[in-house]
This record gives sequence, structure tokens and C-alpha cells, in this order.
Amino acid sequence: MTARRWIEPSVLPGFGPALGFTLFWLGLLVVLPLAALVARPWELGLEGFWRSVTEPRVLAALRLSFGAALAAAAVNVVFGLVVTWVLVRYDFPGRRFADAVVDLPFALPTAVAGIALTAIYAGNGWIGSFLEPLGIKVAYTPLGVLVAMVFVGLPFVVRSVQPVMQDLDAELEEAAETLGANPVQRVVKVILPALAPACVTGFALAFARALGEYGSVIFIAGNMPLVSEIAPLLIVIRLEQFDYAGAAAVGLVMLGLAALGLLTINLSQVILARRGAA
Amino acid sequence: MRSVGLKRPASLGAFLLLAVAVAWLAVVIVLPLISVFAEALRKGVGEYLEAFRDPDAQAAIRLTLLVAGICVPLNAVFGLAAAWAVAKFDFRGKGFLLTLIDLPFSISPVISGLVWVLLFGANGWFGPALEAAGIRIIFTVSALVLATLLVTLPFVARELIPLMAEQGADEETAAVTLGAGGWTTFTRVTLPNVKWALLYGVLLCTARAMGEFGAVSVVSGHIRGKTNTMPLHVEVLYNEYDFVGAFAVASLLAGLALVTLALKTGLEWRYAGELSAGRRH
Repeated sequence: MTARRWIEPSVLPGFGPALGFTLFWLGLLVVLPLAALVARPWELGLEGFWRSVTEPRVLAALRLSFGAALAAAAVNVVFGLVVTWVLVRYDFPGRRFADAVVDLPFALPTAVAGIALTAIYAGNGWIGSFLEPLGIKVAYTPLGVLVAMVFVGLPFVVRSVQPVMQDLDAELEEAAETLGANPVQRVVKVILPALAPACVTGFALAFARALGEYGSVIFIAGNMPLVSEIAPLLIVIRLEQFDYAGAAAVGLVMLGLAALGLLTINLSQVILARRGAA
Repeated sequence: MRSVGLKRPASLGAFLLLAVAVAWLAVVIVLPLISVFAEALRKGVGEYLEAFRDPDAQAAIRLTLLVAGICVPLNAVFGLAAAWAVAKFDFRGKGFLLTLIDLPFSISPVISGLVWVLLFGANGWFGPALEAAGIRIIFTVSALVLATLLVTLPFVARELIPLMAEQGADEETAAVTLGAGGWTTFTRVTLPNVKWALLYGVLLCTARAMGEFGAVSVVSGHIRGKTNTMPLHVEVLYNEYDFVGAFAVASLLAGLALVTLALKTGLEWRYAGELSAGRRH
């Protein structure tokens, strides 16, 4: 018995150059830059780092970014499920158009989305002028941040759930129907549990995207310190003051908290999948 | 197993769901898209076209094309190399490599810009040494290229790796065994098998390279006519209250997004079987 080789033998050539270039490119563009992000905040010392990331303005920005990203992802799960259901189950004129339109937030540059949403939700905008008399202000408030995050996150839940919903076994639903389950019971007891892991994936992707989002948010947010200022903007502000370590500190905390959030979500997915299989 | 399939909405509940879904897509997605063009044309076609006569707007368009023209081919080559190594060979550490390739997708664009300032800025690791040698990176086109390269790194690789892994190495092995050279095998066997997926990845990569805002915003310095790409020029005009100008340039980007979406949808319909599994719907 020989020791396990790190690569299986193959007659195909080119492994060396291909892997070499891949590692070079990743090292240059991903590993080296991220090493700087991980290393630089500690120039402040442990205490300085802590003071830098617990300033009230930073805490407020992190709270807004996380809170709004979670809320936006939740909204996207609810409406994403409705949209996916309609796209997968119903035959209606314009279905393929609606299906294609779902991906627009992937394709539309964020700055364009940002100024368009601001124009719509400002006091004199198409939607803002309806909401203003009701006392609801969206543009230049934390609500505006939520609106922008819902926009950028919309495709994720739909695209995560769609393939699973398409593959749902018709016989399961028919069996439930035969056994006397009403439509609501069929959805709650049969369909939703099967979709749960995909929903969690979509939620996680939408959350991660919304958390880091910058372009579409800063125009509509108003960017008031302590009120409607998001964490990525704080990085930009600190860089403009040449506070590199402080900017990197906020960046590192964002990455750390995002990783923690995604880890939690992944764990819950494992549990959901196990329950689904049982 | 069979799936449920499409049927016409029959019950009241079905119509209600349909109405909610259509209204949601209309308000969240279609309305902002329409508003871009409406705002751009608010003062008439003359003013709209006038916005493109601005030399700074033209410089922004040229710069956007230049940055995308550099970044997309490089990341396409990277995607092909990474997919060849990862999908056609079995080696340890593959999972870690895949995570690294995907990483730029889960980083905030602002962080993708910040890291270059940490390396090459005035207080960066290599900034002072390069400055002494007369080389500036931050606030120049080089920085825009680096930031865009990082943001768009995964696009082509992600389309190719699942497809090439699914296709396996049998055809290539046969070609090589029959005496074909490595390059011939790659260009005559592998490339034809993945050409639509490659095009799909290049399409998404191009759209993102031209539309990227956060990462390039951090490293550009917003020098009009010099380091402003189209999205950055939109911001500058908007902050100067030149709304028609801002939305005019934005309408060009929105048009680009629509073309991307149309081509992407076309590829999904026409060549579904030749794209990676996640794209077949």
C-alpha cells in the first residue's frame, strides 16, 4: 500500500500550467488583498481596534446594515415564494417575460438602481408622492435602505427555490389530496417543508448581498450619521480621512459577522435537511 | 417521478397569487427600470442627447469600455485555466480552491476596493515604495482594473467548472490516447463543448465589469475625464444636481443591462443543455 497521492494520475496534459496560473491569479487578486484586510486593523493594537469598532457611529451603522439586510432577506423569502410559485405552476401570458425580468437586479448597475429608486420614492416621486400624505417617508430614511436591499436581493430566493419547486413530486401532493388534506394543509405540511432548505439558501444569499451592498443604497439612504448610514459607507468615509486601519477594522468586522451569520444559516440548513429526510 | 407542470390559474386563490406576484415584480423591478428612461427624457430628446456631447461623459464611456476590455479577457482565461485544473483532474484541496474562487462574490464591493488602497494607497503596504519609484496605482486606471478584476473574477469560472465537471474527462482522454496534442485536444474537444457556457460567463462578467460601482468608487478618486467610469460619472452628475445628465448616462447602462438580460435569456432557452445545470430552466 502506498501513501495517498495528492493528485490522481491522468493522461491529460496541462495540469501544472492550469493550476499554476489559477493559484497565481487567486494569490494576486484574492489572497494578498485579503491578507492586507486581515492584518492592517491590528496596527491599532487590540484595544485601539476595539475602540475603533465600538464607536457609537460604527455600532449604529452595523446595526442598520445587519437589521435591514435581515429584514430585506425575510421580505424576499415571502414574496420570492409567491413569485416562484406563480412562475412554476401557472400558465399565463407574459410568464417567460416575468421569469426573465427576475434577473434584472443582477444585470442593472447598482448606481443606476440607486438613483432610480431614489427618484421613485422621493416626496415628489411616482410612489413617494402617494406615501408622503400617509406620513410614510421612504427616501432618505432607514426604510429607503430596506427598499434598496429588497431590490438587489430579489433574484436570489426565486432562483434558489425555482429548481426545487420544479422537481417537486406531483404524486406527493396528489397523495395528500387523496388523504383529505385541504389546499392550505398541502402547502404547509407537504410543499413548504420540501422547499425549506432552498428557502434558507436564498435567504442567506440575499442577506449576504444586501449586507455588503453600497451603490443602490447610498443614494436613497440620506446617509445621516447614527440614523441612515450603512457600514460600507463608513469604510469609505474612514478611507477619505486616511484612517486605513480604522477602515480595515470595520471591513474585517463586517466580514466576520457575515461569516458568523452564514455559518448559523448553514447549520440551520443541515438541521432542516435532516428533518426533511427523516 | 413527475413534476406538477403548468396549468391555467382557475381558482380565486390562484388569481390572487398571480396578481400579487405580477404586482410585486412590476413595483420592485419594472417601475425603477422605466423611471430611468422617464427621468432621462424628462426635458425632451434634445437635452437627453446633449448629455452625451459632454466630453467627460464620452471619456467615461471610453474608460468603461477600456476597463472591461482588459478585465473580461483576463478573467475568461483564468476561468478556463481554473476549470481545466478543477474539473478535469482529481486532486486534494479542490474544495478550498473552489471556496477561494467564489469568495469575491461574498465580499462587499467596498471591501473589494478597500483592499487595494490598503496595499497601494499612500499609507499602504507597497504604496510608499512604488511612489518612490514613480509608480502610482490608486486613483489611476490601474486601480480601476485591479478592483474590477477582483469583483468579476468568479463569473467565467463558475459557469465552466460545474459544466466541465459534469462532462468529465472521457472525451479528452480519448483524444489524447489517440495521439492528439494537449492544445489540439483543448481547442477541438473541450472548447466546442463549453462554448455557450463560456459565452454566458463572459456576458455576465462584461455586464458586471461595466456596471461595477462600489469597488471602483473607492479606488478611483473621481477625477472627471480621467478616472470616472460610467457608473461613477452617474454619481458625479447626480450629486451636482444634473439629473437629466445623470439619468441619460444611467439609461445607457440600463440599456446595456437589458441587452445582457435578453442575450442571457436567449442562451438559456436555446442552448439550455450546453449550460451548467443551474442555468437550465
